Amino acid sequence: MNVIFFQITLLFYVCGTIAYLIYLVSFHRKVAWVGRMLLSVGFIAHCLTFFLRYIEAGHTPVINLYESLSFFAWLVVGLYLLLRFRYKVEVLGAFVSPLALLLVIWAATLPKEILSLPPILKSWWFPIHVTFAFLGYAAFTLAFCAGVVYLIQERLVKTKNIGTFLERLPSLEVLDKISYRALTIGFPLLTIGIITGAAWAEYAWGAYWSGDQKETWSLITWLLYAALLHQRLMVGWRGKKAAIMAIVGFGAVLFTFLGVNLLMEGHHTYAAWFR
Amino acid sequence: MKEVILVGLNHHTAPVEIRERISFPEEELDRYLKALYDLPSVAEGLILSTCNRVEIYAATKVPDKGVEEIKAFLAHQHHLSVPEFENNLYVLQGEELVSHVFRVASSLDSMVVGEPQILGQIKEAYRTAHTAKGTGTLLNKLLHKAFSVAKRVRTETSIGNGAVSVSFVAVELAKRIFANLDEKEVLIIGAGEMCELTAQHLVRGGIKKVLVANRTEKRAVELAERFHGEAIPFSELPHALLRADIVISSTGSQDVIVSKKDVSAIIKKRKNSPLFFIDIAVPRDIDPQVNTIDNVYLYDIDDLQEVAEANIKDRQHEAQRAEEIVSTEAKQFCRWYQSLEVIPTIISLKEKMEKIREKELGKTLAALPQLSEKERRALEALSEAIVKKIIHAPISLLKKESRNSEGETYVDVVQKLFGLDEE
Repeated sequence: MNVIFFQITLLFYVCGTIAYLIYLVSFHRKVAWVGRMLLSVGFIAHCLTFFLRYIEAGHTPVINLYESLSFFAWLVVGLYLLLRFRYKVEVLGAFVSPLALLLVIWAATLPKEILSLPPILKSWWFPIHVTFAFLGYAAFTLAFCAGVVYLIQERLVKTKNIGTFLERLPSLEVLDKISYRALTIGFPLLTIGIITGAAWAEYAWGAYWSGDQKETWSLITWLLYAALLHQRLMVGWRGKKAAIMAIVGFGAVLFTFLGVNLLMEGHHTYAAWFR
Repeated sequence: MKEVILVGLNHHTAPVEIRERISFPEEELDRYLKALYDLPSVAEGLILSTCNRVEIYAATKVPDKGVEEIKAFLAHQHHLSVPEFENNLYVLQGEELVSHVFRVASSLDSMVVGEPQILGQIKEAYRTAHTAKGTGTLLNKLLHKAFSVAKRVRTETSIGNGAVSVSFVAVELAKRIFANLDEKEVLIIGAGEMCELTAQHLVRGGIKKVLVANRTEKRAVELAERFHGEAIPFSELPHALLRADIVISSTGSQDVIVSKKDVSAIIKKRKNSPLFFIDIAVPRDIDPQVNTIDNVYLYDIDDLQEVAEANIKDRQHEAQRAEEIVSTEAKQFCRWYQSLEVIPTIISLKEKMEKIREKELGKTLAALPQLSEKERRALEALSEAIVKKIIHAPISLLKKESRNSEGETYVDVVQKLFGLDEE
């Protein structure tokens, strides 16, 4: 059942992304509205997917790569739709939706059987740790998208390349604000994610820190965002530098999330499960 | 049948001296409308009065008389004599009028083509006339169609896009950099006219505060007062640059007033809060290298002009497409209107023939009382058949011609030939 809903989700994300991309070329407000509606319906289907899978599996379904990608995409879309309430920036959707779609398409190619929960994950720490870490990732994804749009707009303004495109992208200040807001939300979430992970490790293995690759890379990611936050708050970084940093940080997020799990061995490796 | 006429003048036909004398202030429009409706030939009427045009639309059965009365009305209301402004007037009727009102509503006839206010003004003029019960089927149909054509032009072409004056371009750019102008301060360096105009647009865009720095302080104070702003001594410029978000500069200075070094230092102190320089001075006041600093944006007069010109070109191109839309819509509307005229003509033609037939048949039957019922009926059928055959050709011709522009002529001819307009 959950797989059917996953496919419905995929279908709506495909349509929503197409609409948003059309919006990017045509800038018809109605097209953006259609995109948002499609994405919202997809999101609702995604919620059901997650919920049904949770019921069917009997545990938080974020234990293999398929589930993790889907969960990540779900949070990214959800956070974007929330953000859209506060900032009316349709253009961002044209960057967020393809990204979420890619994640979901990748997930779609992977085996989807429900696996039994490995004993090591049988703990209440598991859903808490995973949710916070992923929420942090999702917020950073939005910061990344806002950063990309910022750099495009900044380039257009600086080079005096005044096409109609410039007129339709959000103002630099708004883009910077969104990126900053996403950072201030994402950072504490990731921090909690890391702390709960450490606490859980202490509880399970008797050590807060065991030098696992995932742990190391999470720390690197965390430090990058800590540096960005520091520069923003104390040095008054804004705009271009902050946008570039948010993009670099997102690279670290991707590597921590996917690179480590796929390329290296450790507690977080999916390789053992996803065959 | 009623017809719409238009008597008007605009910025193409009349100099401002005439336009300002013949205008209908909004507050008194009701009174003027009343006077217009009192004209014997005017059945429906509407007054459109903006700073660039005055137009009186009227539906009347007697167009020629209507035009004369409206001219006299214009003269009387503004204490002029007709010859004083007659040469500045245009009088339109038929398809010309329809396409004119469509062009006006679509902002193709505006001083700045594509400016959006005119549609609002014409809607307001219509609303006022409508509330005063001065519009009927004809003007209602015409104006509603004009609104929908204007909407079509706006959605199908981008005639209203892009700022076309240097000062508007500056405002548009400010909106690309800042989210909200109402928290921003603008600093004016040098109190030139261009500065004032640009500042005016920014203030209308919502700017919070205006600071003015000028070498002659008196002028700075004057300008600051106009914007309820603050005049600051020229020596305090570096300090003001810390506060301001937008800087408009147009001094007569031969040297650069704000150097890259200054701005680098300032932007650090501002914690990188964005700074937008608009340099409209020639020679330039602000070091062009300033644009290379992060979070600092500099546009000089040439940059702004270039944008404005590109936008004007775009608009002209779009205006051509808009003209095409307008002319097809106008043709369609006229065709529809003519087809309305054909139907009553056909009906009255049929009625008239039927009346003649009955009258003549009655006479004949009365003179021949000895006819049997069968013979009477045969005579009746004969008369019906003759009438039907006679009017068949004119009716099908009218129906056919109503679909193209010649329709009106045929309606006219048929009415005259059969004496339909006599009753």
